[in-house]
Amino acid sequence: MELIFKKLAQISASLLFVILAATTIVLYLSAKPAIQEFGAGFLFESRWGVEETKNVSEVVPNQELVVDGEDADDFMEDEDDFIDDEDFVTDDDTESETNDSEIIYGALVPIIGTIFSTLIAMLFSIPIAMGIAVFLSEIASATLAKPISIAIELLASIPSIIYGMWGLFYFGPFIADIFGGNTVSLLVAGLVLGVMVIPFMAALSRDAIGTVPDMLKESAYAMGATKLEVIKDVVFPYAKSGIIGSIILSFGRALGETMAVAFVIGGVYQFVGKVTDPTNSIPVVLANSFAESSGLSLSVLFYLALVLFVMSFMVIVVAKHYLLRRK
Amino acid sequence: MNMKKILALGLLGLTIGTAAHAAKIEGTGSSFAYPAYKAWSKVYYDETDNQVNYTPTGSGSGIKEVIAGHVDFGGSDKPLKPKALRKHGLIMFPTAIGAITFAYNVEGVDNLRLSEAAISGIMLGKIKYWDDEPITRENAGASLPHKEILFVHRSDKSGTTFAFTYYLSKMNKEWRKKFGAKKVVEWPSKNRIAGKGNFGVATAIKSNAYSIGYVDYADAKKNGLDMAIIENREKAFIKPTPGSFEAAAVFADLDPKKDFYANIAYPPKGYPVVTATFALVPKDGKNSKEVIKFFEYALTKKNQLIEPVGYVPLPEAVIKKIQGYWVEKGLK
Repeated sequence: MELIFKKLAQISASLLFVILAATTIVLYLSAKPAIQEFGAGFLFESRWGVEETKNVSEVVPNQELVVDGEDADDFMEDEDDFIDDEDFVTDDDTESETNDSEIIYGALVPIIGTIFSTLIAMLFSIPIAMGIAVFLSEIASATLAKPISIAIELLASIPSIIYGMWGLFYFGPFIADIFGGNTVSLLVAGLVLGVMVIPFMAALSRDAIGTVPDMLKESAYAMGATKLEVIKDVVFPYAKSGIIGSIILSFGRALGETMAVAFVIGGVYQFVGKVTDPTNSIPVVLANSFAESSGLSLSVLFYLALVLFVMSFMVIVVAKHYLLRRK
Repeated sequence: MNMKKILALGLLGLTIGTAAHAAKIEGTGSSFAYPAYKAWSKVYYDETDNQVNYTPTGSGSGIKEVIAGHVDFGGSDKPLKPKALRKHGLIMFPTAIGAITFAYNVEGVDNLRLSEAAISGIMLGKIKYWDDEPITRENAGASLPHKEILFVHRSDKSGTTFAFTYYLSKMNKEWRKKFGAKKVVEWPSKNRIAGKGNFGVATAIKSNAYSIGYVDYADAKKNGLDMAIIENREKAFIKPTPGSFEAAAVFADLDPKKDFYANIAYPPKGYPVVTATFALVPKDGKNSKEVIKFFEYALTKKNQLIEPVGYVPLPEAVIKKIQGYWVEKGLK
């Protein structure tokens, strides 16, 4: 019995690695054509889906001829040479090869959008979540703490699309009224993300704070420490790893959040000049383009997914290494 | 996943639950066509007990899935060339016509008139303010504010964007040269935001003052948006109404000999931004005859049903041609 249990637990744990490895391999293989095409320059290129004509002088006059046809009907009937046939099935394969232009894809705008929207979310949610956690575990009476805890757990279970709709219809216009700008922007996306991760962060931090032994706190009080001092010098240091763990989890969630952000970030491949500008994030690009992509444009999306995967991985490794190990 | 998809999934779940005693066909693709197919499949089920499950996954996946044989028919807003159809053993026919409107949000301006010069200027990012000359010239009575134009477009890849940029390419040389017709465009306008789905664009226009964007007629109407009256090829200013769409549809060059291959935008008369949506059916699929039965029922008996959801029913003559095409392909 003991042995079976041990083996089962082992299998469960190793399954995790299998899934992780499989994900990485599939992402890499699907992204390979795009990686070969664009290389590392993909990460620093700000244009997305823009056609770059290599041989401008030859192509343009040709098109001019067609367009300038005197007869209007001729213009209607002509071959639709301006149609972008990225879909593999549209024509036979040889035709697209003769095309002298190539489409440039670059990930810089969504990468920066992802980082900034997540940072805004963290800046907004960490203080509030900590406040909730401390209030629940240290300040509030049991009769008050219980309903608030239930409310937090309820908030955590709301599907992200609901947050997206709420952001689009109510929160976005509200923010635009205060800060100016449009109803969809980096700021709105960041704040909606922040609201979404607060319940997670608060609930996990509350649990972490709950593990602080009463004896420690009581000794501090006995030494004449005030509540603030106890929280600052006893509770937080003791619960540090749990709290940081909650922040890392929430960070990961904010980094990969898709549906809610898709509705409020603006979906524009443009760098932000100010926080109220619209921009784009990696998961949003994936969600917006996946259904309609094929061939290279699909491979590019896998490349982008791989970038997000590596980003999340690095953030977690770095955070764990620096924040948790240094004692 | 947009709202429609979720609804469709729910519907799918419901239909799976019921017993499969009658024919059941699966389709996927164009989300533009979804409201029409949904309306049709509902009455079809009520009257014949035959189920049609259509999921709006986008034209691109409609094409892919039908070629892979995962579904009985695919929906696409972008027609496939006859050569491509032959290669993959498919037949294609149009099922409905839709229109794309210029919806805008400028308080106090009710019947905005946009000339072709104004439309191209706005889309190319050259006209930046609502009171710029090409706009004011056609709107003498209206008090257009000196506010920056906020352009709203689709953030997701879409057939609507394709149809709209197809129209722009036909209408404006510069657009054609620089951008062409695509499902996703790097719009030149600097002051712009994007919405997910027609619904997202409509919402963005509604909640942001001084905005303008392209939305399919159904969503613009549902959201009560103001729609611009636009100049067509004859230099006439046309209001987007079912009547003016129909006037345009008459010119659709839908020829069974070419498997109806045609992009119908920018017709000589009527409202210029119109587009057809197509069904792709495998020539020898096991359910292909059932699919044709469904579309014959829809087009001949329930064609008017799609008008309230924002489409223009195909003209009688075209339906006759489609029926001939089915017979010729041995599917009827």
